Amino acid sequence: MQKPTWKSTLKGYLYLLPALLILVVFSIYPIIKSFLMSFYTDYDFFSDTVNAYGLENFTKLFQDPNFITALKNTGIFVIGVVPLSIIISLAIAVLLNSKIKLSGFFRTIYFLPFVTSVVAVAIVWSWIFHSDYGLLNYILGLFGVDPIDWLTSPTYAMPALIILSIWKGLGFNIIIFLAGLQNIGNQYYLAAKVDGASAWNRFKSITLPLLSPTMFFVSIISIINAFKVFDEIFALFNGRPGPANSALTVVYYVYQKFYEEWEFGLATAAAFVLFLIIFLFTIIQLIVGKKFVHYN
Amino acid sequence: MRKEALSKGTIYILLSLGAILMLLPFVWMISTSLKAPNEVMAMPPVWIPSEWQFGNYSEASESAPFGTYFFNSIVVTVLTTIGELLTTILAAYAFSRINFYGKGIVFAVLLGTMMVPGEMLLIPNFVTVSNLGWIDSYEGLIVPWIASIFSIFLLRQYFFSVPQELSYAAKVDGCSDFKFLWYVMVPLAKPALITIALLKIIGSWNAFLWPLIVTNSQELRTLPVGLSAFTTEAGIKYELLMAASTMVILPMLLLFFVMQKYVISGVARSGLKG
Repeated sequence: MQKPTWKSTLKGYLYLLPALLILVVFSIYPIIKSFLMSFYTDYDFFSDTVNAYGLENFTKLFQDPNFITALKNTGIFVIGVVPLSIIISLAIAVLLNSKIKLSGFFRTIYFLPFVTSVVAVAIVWSWIFHSDYGLLNYILGLFGVDPIDWLTSPTYAMPALIILSIWKGLGFNIIIFLAGLQNIGNQYYLAAKVDGASAWNRFKSITLPLLSPTMFFVSIISIINAFKVFDEIFALFNGRPGPANSALTVVYYVYQKFYEEWEFGLATAAAFVLFLIIFLFTIIQLIVGKKFVHYN
Repeated sequence: MRKEALSKGTIYILLSLGAILMLLPFVWMISTSLKAPNEVMAMPPVWIPSEWQFGNYSEASESAPFGTYFFNSIVVTVLTTIGELLTTILAAYAFSRINFYGKGIVFAVLLGTMMVPGEMLLIPNFVTVSNLGWIDSYEGLIVPWIASIFSIFLLRQYFFSVPQELSYAAKVDGCSDFKFLWYVMVPLAKPALITIALLKIIGSWNAFLWPLIVTNSQELRTLPVGLSAFTTEAGIKYELLMAASTMVILPMLLLFFVMQKYVISGVARSGLKG
């Protein structure tokens, strides 16, 4: 490629202009703006004027028991969804990778929930979770389990949300794992077999270590996505954060403060805390991820 | 042959059990959507309705303006997809084929913004859109979404794989940059463009939080927002609720069945950057 000239620079930016215009206005500017907004302590949305700045939002945030609940619930959700989802999707991916016919057919089925509207499937699940006429309680009843108030009891609201989320996200993880598994050369397995290694040992000593970069990527992406859960809750509990705030998460808190209570400063401060958490995991991915590279 | 831990039969049984669990909610949704009210709450559950009530679908679409929601979803999905393809093609060309001052910095800044969760941009973008007077308008639903950094990167990688000699040959023949991009690069990049378009279509069709906050009136609601409002309106009429959910879900399922190769390759590629 030639060295840049003023002429080529003009041309370059001309080609970039449409994308840059949108990205600057709706991605880059709002990053700066939301950082600033989290320090607005007295803000009038209708005239877009700021009367006072300060750290008050952050102190208020951490004194708000609802925000603490939101942080706690989000943490529980992440711990409830991520490990289970990874174990199940890895197991399915390994089975799908074992040279069987119909593998493509099964892959399609497992992936289906991923392309569907979260709101629509959450409504379907709210019907499945119905305490009196729901399918789930009926099936559990066949095994002698008493009906569970999935959506109306604070104890079971979070497990219900976790079940829905695992079901919805499984397909994505399976696809990523399959791509990772197909990158592992067959020669390792052949060598191990010559040495008489059992299937479990082959999985433990070849598949798992060679899959670790993929595993790491899937974990970080799953953690980040789990931290951002919102649509599922809104649709599953009909526009409320679960019974007695039992499914109030950080993004739901942001939505409440911003859209229902018009507390812009507090809402952006909460969003900023979410960003810091996610940023931390992204940095971990970049640092630890680098160490994994020589595995390939 | 390598000795397997599990026999083929066991693998099939395990995978089939899992597949049944994955499909069950969809089957249950469609089954309920075709039932008469008295069968909906029958215990034990009725799997196949004794009489298929296709009327539930027309009843659901009459009890809320689903026609309008459908129209809005199609308008928003089609326009954001076309818009994103255009901005992506131009930007990816600049990043892969033109050398200009500041390219590295612009690229790095864009890469950096990918780390920021969209939820953080929600509130400032709401303020911007309302300052532009775009609340409750198609502009508000569409314009913020017609450029995507991820798509630009995806296409840029694809453009890199097109041999440089092609553009030299085109130049010798007197073909302008723009014509070269349009008549040579774009047709060559068709698989990548289809993938980008499909991921966008699925994302736009299913988007919820943004359309929820920027629309106030029924006339501008998209399907997911309309469906979510319908849960309150329909109350306990689960057969109507399931019919409405089916109408939202079905178009994407069909699209996926036809084009799954492209969707899956796009998703797999999003994982390879890790």
